[in-house]
Amino acid sequence: MQNEAIFAGFGGQGILLSGKILAQAAMVQGLEVAWVPSYGPEMRGGTAYCMVVISDRPIGSPIIKNPRHLVAMNLPSLEKFAPLVKPRGVVLINSSLISIRAGRNDVDEMVIPVTDIAKDLGNVKVANIVALAAFVARSRIVDFDLLREAVTGEFARKGNLLALNMEALDRGKDAALRFR
Amino acid sequence: MGKILMKGNEAIGEAAVRAGCLSYFAYPITPQSEVSEYLARRMPEVGGVFLQGESEVAVSYMIFGAVGCGARAFTTSSSPGISLMSEGISYIAGAELPAVFINIQRGGPGLGGILPSQGDYFQSTKGGGHGDYHLMVMAPAGVQEAVEMVMMAFPLAEKYRNPVMILGDGLIGQMMEPITFPDHLRTEPPNKDEWASNGMDTRKSSKPNLVKSLFLDPKELNAHNLLLKAKYERMKKEDVRYEPYNIDSDYQILIVSYGTMSRVCKTAIDNMKEDGMEVGMIRPQTLFPFPEAAIHDAASKAGCRVVVSIEMSVGQMVEDVERCVRGKCPVEWYGKCGGEVPTPEEIAGAVRSLLEKNAGSFGAKY
Repeated sequence: MQNEAIFAGFGGQGILLSGKILAQAAMVQGLEVAWVPSYGPEMRGGTAYCMVVISDRPIGSPIIKNPRHLVAMNLPSLEKFAPLVKPRGVVLINSSLISIRAGRNDVDEMVIPVTDIAKDLGNVKVANIVALAAFVARSRIVDFDLLREAVTGEFARKGNLLALNMEALDRGKDAALRFR
Repeated sequence: MGKILMKGNEAIGEAAVRAGCLSYFAYPITPQSEVSEYLARRMPEVGGVFLQGESEVAVSYMIFGAVGCGARAFTTSSSPGISLMSEGISYIAGAELPAVFINIQRGGPGLGGILPSQGDYFQSTKGGGHGDYHLMVMAPAGVQEAVEMVMMAFPLAEKYRNPVMILGDGLIGQMMEPITFPDHLRTEPPNKDEWASNGMDTRKSSKPNLVKSLFLDPKELNAHNLLLKAKYERMKKEDVRYEPYNIDSDYQILIVSYGTMSRVCKTAIDNMKEDGMEVGMIRPQTLFPFPEAAIHDAASKAGCRVVVSIEMSVGQMVEDVERCVRGKCPVEWYGKCGGEVPTPEEIAGAVRSLLEKNAGSFGAKY
């Protein structure tokens, strides 16, 4: 079984980091992973995305035409990638910044005001962790406890950011469980 | 030791340190700059040196100087930077010194683009610099294999007293995969007293070692060229590496592909197998020496109607594939450039249409 997730948004939203944390959790779960970033001539505020491939077999192509899931943090990302998602995949829409929907009735659309939740926590930068938690809670692509461990590992040496990110993780999970 | 998740560029830097290479010279260029970023921090921790040259030309001569003194040294760059280093590479090959050059390829020619490409196949395998020389060229298809090849490259360079090139691409440099580092003992070049200009007192020898590539006497230079040729012939006998894939099946089409492109081909082959269609593949892990016999044998198998070289270039390796197939069946090319990596779906489409086009070919029978 192979699953893929695209994390997409604008530069500075922590897109590449949320993908990396997911890949770390999947690796600890004993799965094969590949993390592929976009690295065009990027700039702060431009678009950024990364693809995480998770499989129980060695991964052949890390280049994927139709990914299983999408986490869209801004409007251009949703417009670009929503048509590519496989049927029954999760499409997370950051409704704080996106007013439209995926326009598909064959995917599991989850609409969460990710950026507003992060602002509510006092730091807009943790929006990526809120989204990551909500996505994992919904898709169950990895064990949530291992995701918690991976977030802890990432922020353990970054002082007060750890507590904030753990809070973001819980709020994201709650939002996913309360959705619909 | 457990697996760690690491970006290709950083893993390459760490692998070199673990191989015992403590001299790294480089000039930044996308998509490999993270190697320098990583080693700028890492080298001082292990008592090594990272020096950023004023240009790639300077870097190639820093390498020349370091290996001439018996140190292990390497650099990393990307296509335009490797072009600038080519003069120094030729001198190092001429002086019969070991060194490791890593090319994380990007699109070309000229400044090209910064996305993955395999456009430097000719440059790496056929020369690049001037004169009668070859590099040993290794092509990893993932981060783990890149680590293993970096650690093999130093002993191989020393075995042949010849530069080794590792030919990756932007995807391998930028991608993260779980890796383990092989067990290692940090060593020094075991045979350096034979060639290094490291001081006669140091090595308790009465014979000076002269590092040079200048031979003005034509007879002497001819003899030198023949000696180099003998080394390349020995590489072909002893150090050809390749991976066969689905080669025991009843395939009608054989793919030859390396590096990133070969991974995509593997997925395409697996998908086609599920649809009841068999496709074989030879993946060269060394591009020089090239797996000539393996490709010839696989193309000669009864039932094989066509061979296709799949590359992220407009067709470079295909010339070597044709040379190896030696008319046993038609040889075709498929590929994309500019940073576009063909998807498994596109590969499968190309394979199907090539089979249709060559439906009348009876492969090894004619």
